Amino acid sequence: MAAEIGHLSLWVALAASLVLAIFPLIGVHRGVLAWQRYARPLAWLQWMAMTVAILALGYSFYINDFSITYVANHSNSELPLGYRLSAIWGGHEGSLLLWGWMLAGWTALVGLLSRTVPLTMVVRVLSVMGMIAVGFLAFMLFTSNPFDRALPWFVMDGADLNPLLQDPGLIVHPPMLYMGYVGFAVAFGFAVAGLLEGNLDPAWARWARPWTTVAWCFLTVGIALGSWWAYYELGWGGWWFWDPVENASLMPWLAGTALIHSLAVSEKRNLFRAWTVLLAIVTFSLSLLGTFLVRSGVLTSVHAFANDPSRGAFILAFLVVVAGGALTLFALRAGRLSGQGGFRAMSRESFLLGNNLVLLAATFVVLMGTLFPLLGEAMDIKVSIRSPYFNAFFVPLTLLLILLLVPGMMSNWKRQAGKPLVRRLLWLAPAALIGGWLGARLPGATPWPGTLALILALFLVLAHLDDVVRRALAYNRGLFAGLRKLTRSYIGMVVAHCGLAVLVAGVTVVSFHEIERDVRMSPGDVAEVGGYRFEFESLSSPVGPNYQSQKAHFLVSRDGRPVTEMNPEKRTYRASGQVMTEAAIDGRLMRDLYVALGDPRGEDAWAVRIYHKPMVRWIWLGALIMALGGALALSDRRYRKPMGGVAGEQA
Amino acid sequence: MNRRDRDEPRRQRGVSLWVFLPLAAFVALAVLLASGLGRNPEELPSELVGKPLPAFQLPSLLGERTLTPASLRDQNWKLLNVWATWCPTCYVEHPYLLELAARGIPIIGLNYKDETDAARDYLANLGNPYSEVVVDHDGQLGLDLGVYGAPETFLLNPEGRVVLRHAGDLNQRVWEEKFQPLLDQAKAGENRSGGED
Repeated sequence: MAAEIGHLSLWVALAASLVLAIFPLIGVHRGVLAWQRYARPLAWLQWMAMTVAILALGYSFYINDFSITYVANHSNSELPLGYRLSAIWGGHEGSLLLWGWMLAGWTALVGLLSRTVPLTMVVRVLSVMGMIAVGFLAFMLFTSNPFDRALPWFVMDGADLNPLLQDPGLIVHPPMLYMGYVGFAVAFGFAVAGLLEGNLDPAWARWARPWTTVAWCFLTVGIALGSWWAYYELGWGGWWFWDPVENASLMPWLAGTALIHSLAVSEKRNLFRAWTVLLAIVTFSLSLLGTFLVRSGVLTSVHAFANDPSRGAFILAFLVVVAGGALTLFALRAGRLSGQGGFRAMSRESFLLGNNLVLLAATFVVLMGTLFPLLGEAMDIKVSIRSPYFNAFFVPLTLLLILLLVPGMMSNWKRQAGKPLVRRLLWLAPAALIGGWLGARLPGATPWPGTLALILALFLVLAHLDDVVRRALAYNRGLFAGLRKLTRSYIGMVVAHCGLAVLVAGVTVVSFHEIERDVRMSPGDVAEVGGYRFEFESLSSPVGPNYQSQKAHFLVSRDGRPVTEMNPEKRTYRASGQVMTEAAIDGRLMRDLYVALGDPRGEDAWAVRIYHKPMVRWIWLGALIMALGGALALSDRRYRKPMGGVAGEQA
Repeated sequence: MNRRDRDEPRRQRGVSLWVFLPLAAFVALAVLLASGLGRNPEELPSELVGKPLPAFQLPSLLGERTLTPASLRDQNWKLLNVWATWCPTCYVEHPYLLELAARGIPIIGLNYKDETDAARDYLANLGNPYSEVVVDHDGQLGLDLGVYGAPETFLLNPEGRVVLRHAGDLNQRVWEEKFQPLLDQAKAGENRSGGED
């Protein structure tokens, strides 16, 4: 019964989004206020219908209704309840439902929270988001309905949720990622609405900005969680594989990062407007492309669990309509969007433009690397694209980004005198050089690219500290009173930039100083890695709810003092027979110890992977700090107070 | 809008062309994606089913010898598994290959676009399920086979002809659904006809 209610709700949501996509928009063009007023209630109706649908699917998982194909394929009666519920988005159909539900949620929220935005603009944004919802709902209902029943021959018990997905990290990773992907739909909606309205003034940028920042924060956290999950769940200790699906989430993040900076220029200086709109379109299109790459089977990867070309064709067609339509509109309208007032080569605008170009170049590098297998096949070139390719471009681009970021952050809008800027940089540079150089010697000899990266990371932090102190002192009320006067959006920027420094430092140190040992060990054996002594004490065979396990027990000590105990496992899942490695990780701020069981080697000997990973945690910490920076910027007073003052500032 | 802005005319002339650039780039991308869509990676291009392996002459990872399709052929059904150390899914798949090998199923490895030393370490550390490993450093054989990514597994019959291709990781479920039925069928056929072919 729940399935039928869910299915029906999807149709209701489709009807609501269809009406939302058409009539309010006609209302705007004809000037019929009554039609425009329907936009908000329709957004709500759509959201409520989607909520009923997702609850219905959750309930079906809860009661183990295996007559529903999707439930039978992604859950079984042995699966713990938490995983049964997270199996809602464990597969293709359910992920789409989650996507659609979030899209509906964002749409309803835009309707709710933009009371002060002119009605025609809100209506246009909601309509554009309604169009996206139509596409997604049609996709779901016609190619991937999560509520399809396998009657009359249904199974008594379901298949297992993919063991890779049976993990707390994965309960929250896809929703976070999707919140980011879908959140950029709001920015897209604003971009298209702005193009339709022909109005892209600073007020427009201010309305679009918080939404974009929220989406960016979610995506940041989502990517960090994904990387963290790959690190501890795949049992190989890697934190980024340049896998197509990872790249699919990185591309909208890079473009989205460019977008939030470009929006800042559009809001403060009424410049870069065509560029901002283009970035908004590109960012959301890349989110859709991510979905396409994951779901179509065009590229295989460890994450691509559901591949189906007919679905791929639908998503591609959808992508063509959404991105192609928006870009056509852009081409027709962007010519009228000239900026107001110029800026000097030496100004915050220039540096931000540089930052945008670097971020877009990075996006392009990832896009090319991801699509190259396709391109190569089309052109019959045999080039393998692996991490050396990405690193060769990505590392210099990141360092260049920091080099532009520091003077950019220090510069004034419009024009910046060269001398004071150079003086500030020269004051900071020696400190960064010496500190970074020493920091690079601390974990051992670091090659020059690593040393350079650490110097730049330190430079980034010092420059921001310097800037914070200067700005606080500029109030002439003493340091602490001045600090309290700094705006949240400024503090958010400082925090996010420091997050980048933390991330760069983590990536650098772990890349150059990690130690990976693969050794054959039996109970009683001892291995020394990175100054730690790992004693393989014993082996046991515990039984889990839906798997059987081989569990090793390690005692770890350093200089004779016990540090920790570690219990890596090898699990065999009963329903699917899949074997999973559960690595044991002892994480500290400055280092991770990582022990994973490889394969049995005769009697009770095992191939054991023992890693020492200094500062690997800084990678995810840095990402979280960045997201925190975004959240702080969002809590700025000008977003919290009603956006009534907009008209005044426009003048 | 400030029409008197001095650099406006210049900018507008520039604009007229570049605004179409994103659209053009996107169209090219869409065409590329559409071309990729035509191929279903889960299924073998029909030309290869029933055909022998493409000709090759490549070194072995396990010793100083050169391998050809003929040198790999014997009277057994066997698997040809495409793998690489850069492929995360291969690590996931590896234990199952070891299990198959332990059950006496011959598996030939195709080390695809990989560093040879890393590949040797991989087998030394994780165990070697392969009776022989072909080193396809440049990916030429992979290309001839229409390999689309690693891992991929081909089922070869005793004459060395391709019977089945599976893209993605090999696990118990895939084995039971796709590979085992073919092997059972072949065995039944052999018993009935007394090994006619």
